[in-house]
Amino acid sequence: MLAFTLRRLLQAIGVMLAVGVIAFAMFRFAGDPVNQMVSIDTSAAQRAEIRHSLGLDDPVLVQFGRYFINALQFKFGVSYQFRLPVSSLLAERLPATLELSICATVLAMVAGILMGVYSALRRDTILARLFQAISLIGISLPTFLIGILLIYLFAVTLGWLPSFGRGEVVKLGWWSTGLLTVSGWKAIIMPAITLGLFQMTLIMRLVRAEMLEVLRTDYIRFARARGLTTRAIHFGHALKNTLVPVITVAGLQFGSVIAFSIITETVFQWPGMGLLFVQAVQNVDIPIMAAYLLMVSLIFVTINLVVDILYTVVDPRLRSTVSRAA
Amino acid sequence: MTQPVLSVRNLEVEFVTRRATLRAINGVSFDIAKGEVLGVVGESGAGKSVTGLAVIRLIDPPGRISAGEIELSGTRIDHLPLEEIRRVRGKRIGMIFQDPLTSLNPLYRIGDQIIETIRTHTSLSESAARRRAIDLLAEVGIPAPEKRIDGYPHEFSGGMRQRVVIALAICAEPELIIADEPTTALDVSVQAQIIALIKRLGRDHGTAVMLVTHDMGVIAETCDRVAVMYSGRIAEIGPVQEVVRNPLHPYARGLMGAIPTLAGEDKRLVQIPGSMPRLSAIPPGCPFNPRCAFAFDRCRVERPEPIRQGTQSVACHLFEPAKETAA
Repeated sequence: MLAFTLRRLLQAIGVMLAVGVIAFAMFRFAGDPVNQMVSIDTSAAQRAEIRHSLGLDDPVLVQFGRYFINALQFKFGVSYQFRLPVSSLLAERLPATLELSICATVLAMVAGILMGVYSALRRDTILARLFQAISLIGISLPTFLIGILLIYLFAVTLGWLPSFGRGEVVKLGWWSTGLLTVSGWKAIIMPAITLGLFQMTLIMRLVRAEMLEVLRTDYIRFARARGLTTRAIHFGHALKNTLVPVITVAGLQFGSVIAFSIITETVFQWPGMGLLFVQAVQNVDIPIMAAYLLMVSLIFVTINLVVDILYTVVDPRLRSTVSRAA
Repeated sequence: MTQPVLSVRNLEVEFVTRRATLRAINGVSFDIAKGEVLGVVGESGAGKSVTGLAVIRLIDPPGRISAGEIELSGTRIDHLPLEEIRRVRGKRIGMIFQDPLTSLNPLYRIGDQIIETIRTHTSLSESAARRRAIDLLAEVGIPAPEKRIDGYPHEFSGGMRQRVVIALAICAEPELIIADEPTTALDVSVQAQIIALIKRLGRDHGTAVMLVTHDMGVIAETCDRVAVMYSGRIAEIGPVQEVVRNPLHPYARGLMGAIPTLAGEDKRLVQIPGSMPRLSAIPPGCPFNPRCAFAFDRCRVERPEPIRQGTQSVACHLFEPAKETAA
């Protein structure tokens, strides 16, 4: 088990190194950053001076080494547009994005599993068919459209919810949270729904299909032959067996939720990393883009690692194969 | 005679499909006494398993019991509401399925599955149920049960898993055990052990056993009586020695002739020509008539009813007393 975790950890480090190379390469290939920072009438001597002060005239390998060592300490350089350290910009935006992503994922998991289980157990009811229809909409409508429709309905027409922003935030150390104020909760509802809808429908369809599959298995029939209560069979025996693939999908989707939050954050002007990234792209702010790339891949790699370990917690069969392989 | 543990009368099971209503079981009647082992044999699709599933009411839609009566120790159970039949399952009727590899939930320790079943049917506490589970595992012959109880199904071999399944089936001391091909998925060497185990448990607890199998060897070794099924009907039923040594129904004769013996090595095995009709195309009259060497006109029109012949009962026009004297 330990050897398995260590091996996965080494793989994860390998992936991060590769991403680091790509992030660094962005600096080299996305044009000369000095030109972005200076005006047209800056003299060549001044340009050389800036270049030297930023270390941009050193050999590539030296620059990469420096970038790498700094990245390990979460130093990603200074943003071209804000003239502030990228790490503090990201740290400032991180809570907003994480709160939104976690709310969206929790919403997607809870609603998705409930709807999935219901539509598997009561396959022919009107409600189950309605869920199926809704899930089709959720899968096929693009995120930004759903966001705009929600804004039109609940913010513009009904005026119940704010159309943009995070509401009031409370500082807890360096972490700023909107989940302790009423306006914060109001503000997160629509973005969370928008962001989580795709995942929710995905999980719902997955749970439904898996549950129908599991209900046909021999051990469910045997559980019925043993006279267990329907509740114990459905929620004890069947649901646990459907959760293995759900964990995979939900875990991997959490990475996409963070990545997709770019669109949702733009639609709702949510002050998170995604919005920061979009602004960075518009202004060719490479340090932010590179750092964002590293952040997102770090999150993805971490999630993958956690999902792999979670498998073995849920499914005892993997536990023994894992230790046998190790 | 004392009251039988299981009494099935004129059982009919139908599967309603879009095209037609298929009758998988058509007028099956039999009894099983306390401590008795009844073997049910027949080809695949003869309705053996469906009969077992019908008794414990586990036939999934579109299948349904369309007629007949099932009595368990004198009380009718074929029309009980679902919640009440659930209390019968596992408590008064234990069921053993064919494939022990898939019968156990892979994500739960076997102990948890046994304890859950015990606690569903009795008022034992968690720790008392655990002690009972260890006793049960010991009884079905699992070595070191106090350790193995915390194992997961995949840590057990096929034979050991079938023992666990049997422990699960008997954990509430049922009056009847239905074993649906309990040895088919196992190695031959393990089969004998499992059969001996089922037989011993039946004897020790006075449990009636309905043993569904297509293995005549298993029947001859284990059962007190045997029912030969063909096309959803019982062709012949009687004490196992009689039916094996002196089968009456032409189909039963063919079935016994198809058992290989070491003594008659030079003889070719007797084959029954043709195959069992599909449910959608059961011929009128006796369903066996197209394959029967003795079929006459009446067999093609009139369905034979069971006729007593000594200790046996056979559904065949050949044994109609009136007909025989007339012929």
